[in-house]
Amino acid sequence: MVAPGALRVVRCGGGALRGARAVFSADSKYLLYVSGDFVKVYSVYTEETLRLIGGHADLVTGIQLNPHNHMQFYSCSLDGTIKLWDFMDGIPIKTFTVGTKLLALFTLASVEDSVFVVIPKSGERDTFQLVSVKLTKGVGQDLEGKELSVVLDDVGASVKHIAFGREGAYVVSVKDVNLQVYFFKRKLLNRFSLSTVKTKGGDNRFSCVVCHPKEDCIATGHADGKIRLWRNFHLKKEYTYSTLHWHHDIVMDLAFTMEGTRLLSGGVESVLVQWHNESSCQKDFLPRLGSPIEYISMASDGVLCCTLHTDNRISIINSNLRFSRSIQGLIKSRDVKTGLVVDPRTKALVLNGEPGHLQFYSLQSDQQLFSLDIVQRQYIHQAGLKQSDLVKVAFSARGTWLATVEESEEVTDPELQLKLWLYNEEIQSFELNTRINTPHDNHITDMCFRDMDELGDDSLILVTTGRDCVFKVWVMVEDTDPEAQQSVSWSCDFVGSYHNYQATNCCFSEDGSLLAVSFEETVTVWDSLTWDLKCTFCHPPGNIRNICFGRLTCSKYLVGATDYGFLCCWNLLTCALEWSAHLNVVVLQPDPLSEHIAAVSWLSKESSLFVFKPNEPWPTYIQRNLCKEKILLAAFVPRDEPEIASSEKYLWLRKSQLFFLTDTQELMTLSTMSLEERLTPSSKQLAVEESLPVTPFSLLLGKHRRQQAQEDIDLGKLVVHNKQEQASPAVKELLHTPAHVLPSASFLCTIFINSLLISKENKSSPVCESNY
Amino acid sequence: MATYKPVVVQACPKLGERITQDTLYWRGYKTPVQIKEFGAVNKIDFSPVPPYNYAVTASSRVGGFSEVFMLLFFSWYHTRRCNALLFCQIHIYGRYSQEPIKTFSRFRDAAYCATYRDDGRLLVAGSEDGSICLFDVSGKAPLRQFEGHTKPVHLVGFLSDKYRVFSGGDDYSSNLWDIPSATEIISYSEHTDYVRCGCASKVNADVFITGSYDHTVKLFDARTKSSVMTIEHGHPVESVLLFPSGGLLVSAGGRYVKVWDVLKGGQLLVSLKNHHKTVTCLCLNSSGQRLLSGSLDRHVKIYSTTSYKVVHSFNYATSILSLALSPEDETIVVGMTNGVLNVKHRKPEEKNENSQKKRQPAYRTYVKGRTYMPKQEDFCVSKPVKRVLRKYDKLLRSFQSSKALDAVMEPPIMLHTPEVTVAVMQELHRRGTLRSALAGRDEKQVNLLLTFVARRVIEPRFTPVLVTVADMITDIYQPVVGQSAIVDKQFLKLQQAIGKEIDYQEELLEVLGMMDTLFATFTKKRDTCLEENKSNGVTEIIQTNRNY
Repeated sequence: MVAPGALRVVRCGGGALRGARAVFSADSKYLLYVSGDFVKVYSVYTEETLRLIGGHADLVTGIQLNPHNHMQFYSCSLDGTIKLWDFMDGIPIKTFTVGTKLLALFTLASVEDSVFVVIPKSGERDTFQLVSVKLTKGVGQDLEGKELSVVLDDVGASVKHIAFGREGAYVVSVKDVNLQVYFFKRKLLNRFSLSTVKTKGGDNRFSCVVCHPKEDCIATGHADGKIRLWRNFHLKKEYTYSTLHWHHDIVMDLAFTMEGTRLLSGGVESVLVQWHNESSCQKDFLPRLGSPIEYISMASDGVLCCTLHTDNRISIINSNLRFSRSIQGLIKSRDVKTGLVVDPRTKALVLNGEPGHLQFYSLQSDQQLFSLDIVQRQYIHQAGLKQSDLVKVAFSARGTWLATVEESEEVTDPELQLKLWLYNEEIQSFELNTRINTPHDNHITDMCFRDMDELGDDSLILVTTGRDCVFKVWVMVEDTDPEAQQSVSWSCDFVGSYHNYQATNCCFSEDGSLLAVSFEETVTVWDSLTWDLKCTFCHPPGNIRNICFGRLTCSKYLVGATDYGFLCCWNLLTCALEWSAHLNVVVLQPDPLSEHIAAVSWLSKESSLFVFKPNEPWPTYIQRNLCKEKILLAAFVPRDEPEIASSEKYLWLRKSQLFFLTDTQELMTLSTMSLEERLTPSSKQLAVEESLPVTPFSLLLGKHRRQQAQEDIDLGKLVVHNKQEQASPAVKELLHTPAHVLPSASFLCTIFINSLLISKENKSSPVCESNY
Repeated sequence: MATYKPVVVQACPKLGERITQDTLYWRGYKTPVQIKEFGAVNKIDFSPVPPYNYAVTASSRVGGFSEVFMLLFFSWYHTRRCNALLFCQIHIYGRYSQEPIKTFSRFRDAAYCATYRDDGRLLVAGSEDGSICLFDVSGKAPLRQFEGHTKPVHLVGFLSDKYRVFSGGDDYSSNLWDIPSATEIISYSEHTDYVRCGCASKVNADVFITGSYDHTVKLFDARTKSSVMTIEHGHPVESVLLFPSGGLLVSAGGRYVKVWDVLKGGQLLVSLKNHHKTVTCLCLNSSGQRLLSGSLDRHVKIYSTTSYKVVHSFNYATSILSLALSPEDETIVVGMTNGVLNVKHRKPEEKNENSQKKRQPAYRTYVKGRTYMPKQEDFCVSKPVKRVLRKYDKLLRSFQSSKALDAVMEPPIMLHTPEVTVAVMQELHRRGTLRSALAGRDEKQVNLLLTFVARRVIEPRFTPVLVTVADMITDIYQPVVGQSAIVDKQFLKLQQAIGKEIDYQEELLEVLGMMDTLFATFTKKRDTCLEENKSNGVTEIIQTNRNY
């Protein structure tokens, strides 16, 4: 238990899944994959993350099943340790400390007591070697793994650059244009190299290598999209290779099926290509997988294969190349331009997802709820194209309206579109209502709805600010014709400007009566009924970076942050500066349910959090050194039920929870509880439940129990459950023993009946008396 | 996993007339048939039973409405004599006939307001001399003749019990007649001017309404001695109409069409002013959801009876006096002041004849598997829906840029849906393959491209894309300029088009500048009062534009 004084920073999603290939368990029921410092166990059938295995102090770089025990796996990490785990229970069995950074891990069935790892060569930068580590069989959990023997020198650092051949007879490594094969038995090292001259603009460098599981054949992928199949490589001169070419860009990963008849390849095009019999004429495609393929891994029975994508998604694909299901956590997008927005309807976090899509990410289940296609265009995975993407998102107070802005990447003439979506209850999704082409002549910098709960959504106002020096007010226009197809649409109502300065931010006050728009150095406050300018504030020098109004009791304050490192608070009644503080604020986020405002500052390599009320001169809470990464975005997510605050200091966390997104797209939150408490008991239960044998009788019993529980609740009586019923070994044995080994029913009957009887001392207890 | 997303073609809302369900419906009529009557057509009535013949009453006396009355006053005297001799007729037309299939001509003077009974077997008409004649549609001689009015009778009609006839005359009275005995039941003399229009309730056999030039509409109940309700329309009433439910009443007079709630004691629901001359006739369509009004301004307007907005309008050559719609909206007949009867028939529903000609698959193949009812424990595997992609989408999906551009350079696409061509060009530009798709084309294709660009580059919605395209074409084909006269001519055309557009833009900017100065003078005043309640000294004059 953590003392009530400490507030912990908890990672709750996102991050990089790209550390290593995912691994299927031997029975293909579970999938193990690396997520930052953790290894996650995922059930292929229930699509649920069963277990989060953590213990490494740094990024996990490789996982492999223990070839001698299929319930265990090895993992290696940058912290220099190899750990052996039981993934069903999630407990570490052994830890071997190597001492240097470990970059990739390989195991072989033929080698009993050692594993292979890639380590940096001591004394030289960017040179790596493949070594075998002898795993000593000592007692105790923590062991030393210092017995290293170098197998290959000068290898690539990635797991993709090294492959072990058929039955571990040889090992292949690629680096740049060199391929080296080492035969263990013969202690023979063959080196081959391709010409470095770029032919026809092609790039000959190797990108990945795999070995055929049954034959002596090596498949290599290249940066120019070619795949080469090497044979006869035990001969120095008479080696041959054939070329397969379909990919237009680098081949990211290759995989052979278990029999080696088919070869799978994937790349930037996000198309999984299946080559039959190593011939280039016969191939199948699985196109439009969403994002570039980083790793491909096959299950040992060959039924499933999975692709790990650069945006942290894992797709599971059937053997007949049909898309089966996908694991989607927080999808990593190239750039989160939309900010963190909370959907008022589902309380999900909304941000950029796939290119052109908006992802709705459930914080409770760490899953993507759904992905809304905003741009509605075919995404071409090709470098150097001007793609259009989503840049701004805003929800109305009740979540019935969604406004999105998309623009193309062109700097001079952005192809702008403002789209307004209405939530349709019937199809449970947003439907496009209005599309406005080029709402502004230049980039849109900010957008907000007027949040007015009591008036409902029919008097909605949307404000957009643009770099074309104006802000525009959009209102809903109702079509009075009852026979019209669409009853409402949006149109521009007002265009405001201030001295031809670029408008940068906009914000409505809590009651919706005032609109604050910042124009470079100045904040202007407008009446939202008449669109008159009420007053202006500025705090020179420096442009305004963020503005927000205070809430509830602090609604008379306007808080702004300048990029010159000042946080200012103005009083709207006296029109004067109330206070200012020297703070380089990156993120300014008001809590929608309380007066508190969170400000995240960035000062040379560390982020600090300040929580304050605008009417108090001192911050309520300060946490310095929040994390090493730069925090880009933050959001308050309302809690379903207010948390019981453990101390006065954390009152601000009572109604809503604060989430951060760092520049590595990791989602973090602040929690007063320890990790064990946060884990939901249901997920712990799942693994246990699944291990029970499912017999018709146990199903029947389960149904009966549930019914009984229901009856108990219905009658409203407090039943003291007979603990012995479940705990009785006789019943347990009866349920779990296969029917053909059980003794005759007449023999079992008495034991069974006896076990159901309520014992004497229980009956005589006064509690039971009163209840029955 | 995502499927291929087709190219988004930016649909631009068309300015001007919007294509609605209504416009499509009301456009579905053939070109009109014109029939020349002998005089101004003042009443058209459809038989309520098939084959929906219609009776047309025409007279050259244009005396129906006050405005034209004075204008034609003089010519009226000249023609009067010959009217009495020739034109005292009612014509009955068949649905598709252009000649009258029957004529009633036993009138001493001009006939008015020939109206069918509910069963379509009897016809009643008033006349200039004040008598009312009742005909059997198959016979020739009048069955009954009701004498009582002292002045011309412009309004006759059957009550919904079929045994009584109501009438209104220029002697300001409205009468009720018994058909079997040909006697007057009751006479109301409440109007103070000519009674020229009326209508019987369909739900109550005793109720009828009359509209008069004294600006009122009166509702009569045959069981009472006097009118039950009086509605002040405000203008001489030219036409009245009751909704089939009997709850709403529509009156037309002057330039106004007014809708009244009868059940609320004659409360005005809505007043419509969509014509710019006197509204002369009203009509409901068969479903009762559309109201049609014809006017002297040569227009027929169609209103929705839920929103009372004009959903469509027709244009005619001359002023409209009468209007009728056949049951099921099959035919619109409009009578005009110059005696022309304009008949429009509805186009038959388009049937796909081509598909019928195709050999049908054998019955067994057709039925195979369809009749199988899945049992409860069956797993139903539905067939994957086949998506149909346009040709250019198929080519774009397989990254064939040049061919995709070829596919949208076909003349019909370029001519009728230029947005598709531009959308594909934009998509190619986005993929970075536009240059290679444009390159390597022969004279004919370059000519085609340049014609398209020169014509469309000035359209604001296409400008950003087509400027890039024009840029690339000039870049690519610069070396071959001078080799082909056709291409050179197109280049010159493009130059002209762009030059012209630049001139326009300059002029527009000048106008904008002038307007800005005007706006600046307006906003100055407001800012001074703003500055008074300012305590913060940093205010400046703001220039604001209101965008509507």
